[in-house]
Amino acid sequence: MIDVERRLREAALELPGDAPAVAERADEEGLLDVAYTSVDSPLGPLVVAATPKGLVRVSYSEFRGEEDVLEELARRVSPRVLEAPARLDGVRRELDEYFDGRRQDFDTPIDWSHLAGFTREVLRATAAIRFGEVSTYAGVAEAAGSPRAVRAAGNALGANPMPVVVPCHRVLRTGGSLGGYTGGLERKEFLLRLEGMLL
Amino acid sequence: MSVNLPPFQALLDAHRADVYRFLVATAGPSDADDAFQETWIAALRAYPSLRRADNLRAWVFRIAQNKSIDAHRARGRRAVPVASVPERSEALPDEAPELWAHVRELPEKQRTAVYCRSVLGMPYEELAVLLESSEEAARRNVHEGLKRLREELADD
Repeated sequence: MIDVERRLREAALELPGDAPAVAERADEEGLLDVAYTSVDSPLGPLVVAATPKGLVRVSYSEFRGEEDVLEELARRVSPRVLEAPARLDGVRRELDEYFDGRRQDFDTPIDWSHLAGFTREVLRATAAIRFGEVSTYAGVAEAAGSPRAVRAAGNALGANPMPVVVPCHRVLRTGGSLGGYTGGLERKEFLLRLEGMLL
Repeated sequence: MSVNLPPFQALLDAHRADVYRFLVATAGPSDADDAFQETWIAALRAYPSLRRADNLRAWVFRIAQNKSIDAHRARGRRAVPVASVPERSEALPDEAPELWAHVRELPEKQRTAVYCRSVLGMPYEELAVLLESSEEAARRNVHEGLKRLREELADD
């Protein structure tokens, strides 16, 4: 008797597996809610993600695994998360220029809509700190409209979903010590050095 | 309460090659690319409204099955005389086209059942979800499909 199942299994091994891409078509159909890609940087690979409105995430892959970050985006923004490097060409170019010392300000739009209340205010205030300047946790709390919420401001900065582009590394402790940094203090030092704020 | 759906890319990475091969086998090489894109676009469209995160493979393959059936029907409308050998083949190695041509001639559910069971080793419970049938009916579809293939291959 013919072993059909075995013949099917063997024949299936010969079938082509190189399927066409999906992301481009998804984008055309308006279904690409979160596009992401990996970008190389002097601080190690970054996961960078954007919605049609703008940037939603930058994350140090060596600090937190890509899979984790994508799951977070699926929960927090939309489960329609797809790898789509083309949609992030602009951010990638700006990051390259920044790390090369050829750019001081990011022009890429930011999607603030997935951040709630005070966190959003703190991060917006942080985004206003210019290259070559620094602020303090107290300063940012005040700029966000709640001068007494220094600790809460610190928490918001620690949860900054867009480090580098929203420059939470420019926020120091009153008195000048570095404070903390999600991603590791050596990264904060690197960025401040790059901006000439640290020898 | 909403479910925790995995990022869509994870679903695509886990099943893209299997879904593509399924479509090459059941819809034919010339329709597989379109059916593949249609499958994943339809899945992406419906994804956020899923109420359950289990059985995602069965869910994606059900969509793929529907796109495969659509391709068959569209080809039927293009009306190639049945006697002439269909346009399949450039993409496939020599021995296999015959086998898949026979698979493509099976009734819709048998086609899916035979492929998913024999090639992917899909459990009957999952196959039943895919086919929206009982486990018993899923078993029967596999059995009937294999029987028919065996007969046709013996005739060749």
